[in-house]
Amino acid sequence: MLATMLAVSFIVFAALEHNIEDVATHVLGQFATADQRHSWLRENGYFDPFLVRYLRWLYGFVSGNWGVSTHFKEPVRALIADYLWQSALLAGLSLLLMVPLALALGVLAGMREGSLLDRAISILSIATTSIPQFASAVFLSVVFVFWLGLLPGASAMTSGFEWKEMVMPVMVLTLAGAGYLARMTRASMVEVMASPYIRTAQMKGASFARIVLRHALRNALVAPVTVIMLYIPWLLSNVIVVEAYFGYRGFGTLIYTASLQHDVYLIEAGTMVAVIAVVGTQLLSDLANVWLNPRVDFATPVSTKATL
Amino acid sequence: MRLLAAALRSPAAVLGLAIVAVFLFVSLFAPFIAPYDPLKTIAPLQLPGASAPDGGHFWLGTDLLGRDILSRMIYGTRTVLLWSTIATAAAFAAGVLAGLLAGYFQGVTDTVMSFLANTLLSFPVMVLYIIIITSFGASGTNIVVAVGFGSAPVVFRITRALVMDVRERDYVAAAITQGESHLAVMLREILPNVTTPLIADLCLRLGYTAITIGVLGFLGLGLPPPTPDWGSMAAEGKAMAIAFPHMVIFPCVAISLLMLGLSLLSDGLREAAKRQVRT
Repeated sequence: MLATMLAVSFIVFAALEHNIEDVATHVLGQFATADQRHSWLRENGYFDPFLVRYLRWLYGFVSGNWGVSTHFKEPVRALIADYLWQSALLAGLSLLLMVPLALALGVLAGMREGSLLDRAISILSIATTSIPQFASAVFLSVVFVFWLGLLPGASAMTSGFEWKEMVMPVMVLTLAGAGYLARMTRASMVEVMASPYIRTAQMKGASFARIVLRHALRNALVAPVTVIMLYIPWLLSNVIVVEAYFGYRGFGTLIYTASLQHDVYLIEAGTMVAVIAVVGTQLLSDLANVWLNPRVDFATPVSTKATL
Repeated sequence: MRLLAAALRSPAAVLGLAIVAVFLFVSLFAPFIAPYDPLKTIAPLQLPGASAPDGGHFWLGTDLLGRDILSRMIYGTRTVLLWSTIATAAAFAAGVLAGLLAGYFQGVTDTVMSFLANTLLSFPVMVLYIIIITSFGASGTNIVVAVGFGSAPVVFRITRALVMDVRERDYVAAAITQGESHLAVMLREILPNVTTPLIADLCLRLGYTAITIGVLGFLGLGLPPPTPDWGSMAAEGKAMAIAFPHMVIFPCVAISLLMLGLSLLSDGLREAAKRQVRT
């Protein structure tokens, strides 16, 4: 895992700083003269061999020295901490809404395979997963913002934190994510309901509610619960679109602005933080799987089986 | 083909195929269907159904620059289908080849390739796209590169797992004992036995790529203007959505429908593949 992180850091650094002329242009602006760029590059050690520069950057990252953002003119570390917190709030709220909703729908659909309720939930979840976030943001905006006028269409929070402005982004993220989780839960539930021990319970004369709640649920939820962890990387990707759409000032907007402004140091550190989050959640999801399912084989981690 | 026939026993898959077929038809015959030139300025900000100066109608209205939205949507179908097919094909070619090699030879080959795949997969996808497109600029080729790096590792993992399973079968052992070359075993014995599940994934991945292209277009990182592209059309329309919601709604409906068609079709194919294995 450490090797993966090192490889990632090398790729990020190589992609963004392979051309030092570009770095100088992005840092000093388009109107700097060639001489200015040249002396800036020399002062900051950019004429050293590539590997030396990489190692110096890596040391800087590990020791918490992430440079100064060229666009925001602020230290990168403070910026990321600030914006990441906003995104964590957004992502946390949507997970809080999405997980119970998706698990409940999945269990309801999967407990009687092929029933009308199952069909309806399956169609709904296919439809919601098919709509890209920017499109569902548009549809929801048209209904709730333009027609009904209930909610604000942007979430820039310019005048302090406003709960109302959270509703739209949270709704879009929840809608987009719930479908996949519901379908997974359904598949898992269907499989469990067809297993011999459920038939035993039926023949014992246990009521349907008891079978579902006492016997099926625990086993059916193992697969979906381990997948929930993988939603964190998914959210890190998807907040970019949602935040950009609603102008919400979170991690996604930060990375997006950084890329539009060619803010090299901010992109580098932001990517590294995102990758650390992804690798960390993969580890957690493997641990959760071991904890929930004692029969797990240690050779194949879940994170390699399921990919959102 | 037999797989497709089996999949089409489900009405949902038929609907999926029908949706995809309509989009395919529209993109192939775009010049004959589109009422106007998608790049030509005619009359700005017309509402849907407004009559055009030449006696026709702007069925879906016109955009800020006075271009007919229906025609741009029709040509946009071409853009989306063309680039998502190229990008998905590239990702599949790389992923399947690497998966075949890793699953067949295992050992060091597998270790190295799996490490590379894991490295690429530890990037959140959008972040990966953004890095690639910022470092190399926005163009069709770079979209293909970005999607390739994002999807190939997933295809690689699926293929590798399938190949590892098939490789243990007796007929593969028989072929190796017969002295057939590695290449022949991989192409003649293994590949045909892993294609079915891959086809279902191909369909779904085509949809994901279409969405990616839409999202990149929406974020202003996609194909450079004035190429008609649903994502950038939606982005252009978003600023004026309060007064002219039609500019942003239609492209969003189109991309959602295309994805819906592909996921229904992919679902049908996957179910059919499962049934085939059972029987």
